[in-house]
Parts: sequence; structure tokens; C-alpha cells
Amino acid sequence: MSDKKNWPLWEVFVRSRQGLHHKHVGSLRAADAQMAIENARDVYTRRSEGVSIWVVESEHISASSPDEQGPLFEPANDKVYRHPTFYTVPDGVEHM
Amino acid sequence: MEENTVEAEKFQAKIDAEIKIEPKDWMPDAYRKTLIRQISQHAHSEIVGMLPEGNWITRAPNLRRKVALLAKVQDEAGHGLYLYSAVETLGADREDTIDDLHTGKAKYSSIFNYPTLTWADIGAIGWLVDGAAIVNQVALQRTSYGPYSRAMIKICKEESFHQRQGYEIMTVLANGTPEQREMAQDALNRWWWPSLMMFGPRDDESPNSQRSIAWKVKRHTNDELRQQFIDMTIPQAEILGLQVPDPDLKWNEARGHYDFGAIDWDEFYHVIKGDGPCNKERVKARKDAKEKGAWVREAATAYAEKRKQRASSMAVGA
Repeated sequence: MSDKKNWPLWEVFVRSRQGLHHKHVGSLRAADAQMAIENARDVYTRRSEGVSIWVVESEHISASSPDEQGPLFEPANDKVYRHPTFYTVPDGVEHM
Repeated sequence: MEENTVEAEKFQAKIDAEIKIEPKDWMPDAYRKTLIRQISQHAHSEIVGMLPEGNWITRAPNLRRKVALLAKVQDEAGHGLYLYSAVETLGADREDTIDDLHTGKAKYSSIFNYPTLTWADIGAIGWLVDGAAIVNQVALQRTSYGPYSRAMIKICKEESFHQRQGYEIMTVLANGTPEQREMAQDALNRWWWPSLMMFGPRDDESPNSQRSIAWKVKRHTNDELRQQFIDMTIPQAEILGLQVPDPDLKWNEARGHYDFGAIDWDEFYHVIKGDGPCNKERVKARKDAKEKGAWVREAATAYAEKRKQRASSMAVGA
């Protein structure tokens, strides 16, 4: 029965004001992109939370797996030299 | 089996370290099932909760009250949707989840099985029912499952107006004509005990509570939250000059809390099991909405399909 069939799932991203990134706010079901944007307006921006909305079908998102968290992110953990505080500068040096 | 034990230990270690669990992380089956049950019940409560209040939208006494009530009911719809999305992240099918409400397999908060007889009930619901929900939901903002926690944070932010608009209605009625005052008192009389029941059975009657607390799905027990609600609500009733319908209620200096009378748990279980004043009506309204709206969903699907095909045939033509 067609009643049983779910509409596709969409992930919703909202830009809260000009100058900021779009940020993931949640998901919803809609028949197509236009309906997803209209529904996202009502579900996620009832209190002026946004000036722009992106929607993307959830099945089009590729995600890293939690199992890969180690191999994927650990290489950054021992690279303290990527941070400014790793370097010493003489006392009295300013604007650096 | 061995691997599962290692995973289970890693899982509990994360919980203990206040690290949120996210959808694709390993989690025990029982944790997943508990969350699906709890979050879907919560979603159903938001959706069914629209019905008793929706009953008064067309009869709100003035435009200010009407826009507030419309906005509140619309928020409840939104809150239901955030929560259904959170249930889906656990692998539950959305339509199955909704059908479970319609077949009676899933429960919702028993408070919504009481009727809204007068306009004062809208005030009492905002003040007491939303007040109790907020106590519960503020605690749940720190729940261990990421999507549930995020939904709670958003819901709490939006619900603070719900309680204030209810209390404003009560304030006006309590300071109005003798008839209005009586109406406010009558609403408080009818909604007080069911509101206390919203926190669920007593701790010694709530077998899964301890496990939910160990998993940090729940952060406080039912009795702790109920006491917190009573302590904050009594002074609000005093400001209204209304009487809470509990002859045993009194401040206990030694405990630093109000003592209160016995809750009629027979009534609670009676309503939960489906024999409250409005259970059948509520579920029927939801089923009718789904069945009578089926053609709209089918039409939207057909339209989306047609547009997709037209777009692809134009692309071929070009």
C-alpha cells in the first residue's frame, strides 16, 4: 500500500544570518526538494532562526564511520607544532 | 560475545565520561529499544497534545489569546517532528512508529486523555501541564543520546512561552469576576493531580528507572522531578490566590520541600490502559488524520515523480 511508503528523508541546514555557515539543524520527510524547503521553514525557523535553508536527501550524504575515528583523526593528535603555542618567542614581542 | 563485552564497556565508559552517544555509535540493544520507546512516546505526546488545546482555538476569547494558542499548538507539531526524526536515527521506521500509536501499541502521556471543558483549562494546561513537561524536559537536555538531547534543548527554548501564556490566562481569570475566578479554581482542581501523574509511577514502582539512570537516559527519578515541580508550583498558585486541591499539602521545614497527599495511582493506570475520558477520541482523531490525508500524500508523491521525469526527459532532449 502506498500509504506505507515513506517520503524521502532530508537533512536540513540553516544559515542563521549573513556571514555564517549553514549549520545542520535536523531532518524531515518530504516528497521533493521544494516541499522539504517549505517544511523546513515551518519546522526549523519559526522564530527567525534563518535567512537561508539548504536541504539534501539523507541518502546522498557520505559519512565517516565511528569505527574509523581512530585511524582518521589520531594523526592530528601528536602534531602540536600545528598550533601557535608550540613556538616560543622572546618576552616583549607584541602583535604575534 | 567477547567483542560485545568490550564494546559494552567502552559504551558505559563514554556514558560515565559524559560523552554523548551518536546514531552510528555502537550501543546495547536494550539502550536502543529503551530510547525508541521513550522518544516515540514523547513524540506521540506532543502530537496528541495538540488535540485538547486545538479544541479551543476557534473559541479563544480574543485575538491575542488566539494567536498565542495557534503558535503554541504549531510548536507542539514541530516538537513532535523533531522527536520522530530522533527516533528515526535509531533505525525505527517513521510510519511504523506512527502506526504503533494508532494501534495502541505505543503510549503517550496520560494527561491528554482528559477533556478541556472551559477556557480556563487552556490556562491550566499551559501553566501546569507545560510546567511539568518543562521540568521533565530541562532534565532531559542532558540525556546521553545526542539527537534526543539536541531536540530537548530546542524544545525547552521554545516552550518557555507556553507556560507563561498559560499563567497569564490564569492570572487574568483569577483576578476577574467571581465566575471567572471560580472557573480558574475549577480548572486547577481538575488538572492538578493528573499533572503530578505526568512524572510517572513512584520510584519503587518504576522497575526500569535505575537502568535508565545508569545509562543517563534519565538524569533524575520520577519522584525527584515530581517534588521539584510541586515545590516550584505552590508559590505560583499562592500568587494567583487559588487553592491546590490537596488537604495534606504543607511545607516541611526539615525536608526543605512540600509534603503532599497520596496520588490516586489506580486512576493513573486506568487512564494509561485506555479507559480515561478521551482515550478513544484522541486515537481516533490521529487515525482519521492519517487515513483522510492519505490522498494528499499520494498526490504529492505522484507530483514529485512527474516533475522528476519531466526534468530528466528535458535533459535528454537537450
